[in-house]
Amino acid sequence: MLKNISTVFEDGITNLIIGQSGSGKTVLMKNLVGLLEPTSGQVLYDGRDFVGMSKQEKVQMRREMGMIFQSAALFDSLTVLENVMFPLDMFSSMTFRERQRRAQECLERVNLTEDAHRKYPGEISGGMQKRVAIARAIVLQPKYLFCDEPNSGLDPKTSLVIDELLHSITHEYKMTTIINTHDMNSVMGIGENILFIFEGQKEWQGVSADIMQSTNQRLTDFIFASDLLKEMRQAVVKT
Amino acid sequence: MIYRCLTTFGRYLLLMGRTFSVPERMRMFWKQYVKEMAQLGINSIGIVLLISFFIGAVICIQMKMNIESPWMPRWVAGYTTREIMLLEFSSSIMCLILAGKVGSNIASELGTMRVTQQIDALEIMGVNSACYLILPKILGLLTIMPVLVVFSSAMGIIGAYGTAYIGHIMPPDDLTLGLQHDFVPWFLWMSIIKSQFFAFIISSVPSYYGYTVEGGSVNVGKASTNAVVSSSVLILFSDVFLTQLLS
Repeated sequence: MLKNISTVFEDGITNLIIGQSGSGKTVLMKNLVGLLEPTSGQVLYDGRDFVGMSKQEKVQMRREMGMIFQSAALFDSLTVLENVMFPLDMFSSMTFRERQRRAQECLERVNLTEDAHRKYPGEISGGMQKRVAIARAIVLQPKYLFCDEPNSGLDPKTSLVIDELLHSITHEYKMTTIINTHDMNSVMGIGENILFIFEGQKEWQGVSADIMQSTNQRLTDFIFASDLLKEMRQAVVKT
Repeated sequence: MIYRCLTTFGRYLLLMGRTFSVPERMRMFWKQYVKEMAQLGINSIGIVLLISFFIGAVICIQMKMNIESPWMPRWVAGYTTREIMLLEFSSSIMCLILAGKVGSNIASELGTMRVTQQIDALEIMGVNSACYLILPKILGLLTIMPVLVVFSSAMGIIGAYGTAYIGHIMPPDDLTLGLQHDFVPWFLWMSIIKSQFFAFIISSVPSYYGYTVEGGSVNVGKASTNAVVSSSVLILFSDVFLTQLLS
């Protein structure tokens, strides 16, 4: 249940939504993309009210969105290349060769070699699946990119690769990217605008540089949960 | 109980409303349609032929053994085998078998897609997921079902001939006489018409259960079971009404 959340996600940067498990991050994201309908309030995309749109307008609007799910959500019955081609098959008027070329470009952009293109999602690793999901999300060059815990289930090194990829693609495609996460590396590494949610309510918003100095107890308890991070923060505050 | 049934029926109708809409891209629809025809129909031909062969043979043996009497004409076993195969087995019983095979396949496929967020991914892309996933299944099975009915009837009769030629239960000429006796072509059409209704049930009811799964793999399993039970019960109920209506 979300209450009184009023926020702005900035254009062309990486926006993060952070919070404990069960705080309402995924519910908020589902409201943003229209998988859930808010009981009151508005979701505005460049001034356009998404909640009040007709079904047809929502369908059009969704073509400006890309989404990366926690589980990657790749289609099992399609190969990696077919997965990335899918949005083009559905919505573009390109020829087959053009669609294939565009999908290959996106797969190359996320550093997936040609060997993986013919494989099925079940035959590749979790990190590769996430990269395929990124390629599929950006293939239509969306204006808005949503990522629901893109690092979930990945090792720290692969998480960094995914974070870096999302960050660089955001700037390259000039997208508005919104990422749900509770990965502290992501928060400190790529968070340009951070929204902290606590028990369904907006608790804090700012940039990663402000986090170290923040006096918000709930935020510091969440961010610096481990002793190591607590010590790091104390060192930063002292200096 | 009544409230729950009505709610489920209402949701089913709403889903069918979303399903029967114009596909976003016809090229993708045809691709899915052909794929589903192969997956649901062509892949079921083997089991249909196998069961039909043996049931045809067993019906013929039973009729010969149990109805044989000096008062009965020699062709009666062939005649009853044909009528049973055509009127009930090739439509109703075969569809009950397919409800198990195809129904559980559809419900578990869609259920897994739901819990792994593949359906959400389609929705986010702006695709009408119900139309994209369910419509080709329904139309694919409706298209292939008459073929299965005809194959099943023919294989049942081959099974009956098997008992005559291999088992020497009865002379093949008597069987041929019975199979040709008083043939009503309408019965074949009746069988096909009934199977079309059943095909709709087999494809749409499991689609509903699979598409609306919430939770994890346990619920996918439950949905699969519910889909098979519900579609089997619906086939049996509608068989009564359709038989009355078409006879």
